Amino acid sequence: MCVQTVSLIAAAIERENIPTICLSLLREVTTVIRPPRSLFVPYPMGYPLGEPNNSTLQTEIIKAGLNLLTRTDVPVLESFEYRL
Amino acid sequence: MATYQDLSLTHRLFMKAYPFSRYAVNPVPCATMSKPLPEIRVALVTSAGLHTPAQNGFDQDFKGGDFSFREIPNFVETNILIESHKSSAFDHTGIEADRNLVFPLDRFRELEAHNFIGALNHRHFSFMGSITKPQKLIAETSVEVAKLLRKDQVDAVFMTPV
Repeated sequence: MCVQTVSLIAAAIERENIPTICLSLLREVTTVIRPPRSLFVPYPMGYPLGEPNNSTLQTEIIKAGLNLLTRTDVPVLESFEYRL
Repeated sequence: MATYQDLSLTHRLFMKAYPFSRYAVNPVPCATMSKPLPEIRVALVTSAGLHTPAQNGFDQDFKGGDFSFREIPNFVETNILIESHKSSAFDHTGIEADRNLVFPLDRFRELEAHNFIGALNHRHFSFMGSITKPQKLIAETSVEVAKLLRKDQVDAVFMTPV
């Protein structure tokens, strides 16, 4: 339900003309709810930034998300792929 | 990787039966970035049910889900934040070890220090995601938070489910 909650809040923020990027843990939910911009991350529920205390991975996910903020072909749904 | 197949049987059956399409965003709003990343003011929004020790926790027993929110001050120490999200749908041990797993404020502080982004907003917002009846979230609290972010002149919002 968290993916739905975040998506609905993102839509409200975007209606105030502020761009948003949502991480997604369940592609099935994001595809139906259609928040403006999402980055699907291949991690379990409860682990949207990948791993606890792994700042390198967390930063890579954040940067990948921020780089989608300029996209206007909404709804955007990209997948995060970690490259060492 | 999380798909419905990774959820427990109870949660999987719930998710398959839940009428997500009823809450589909239509039309999909699209704001445009007016500045490059090193100039933007960023706020975080999480649905991990985090709050400060001084704030009341979220109400686990609220029928349809607690649609309220908490303001998290930007100066907060992340490791003192309390998670009052007790859903059995996910493993809580990662969050207990590192709040940045769901609310990456320390990572954003590093990005701010390195000028990857311009600045962090003076406050961020936390919801609790287990909202099965989101009508009041849609009509009231999400709109309220959006207007606060507009008032703060935030340029972009990074949003994390749990």
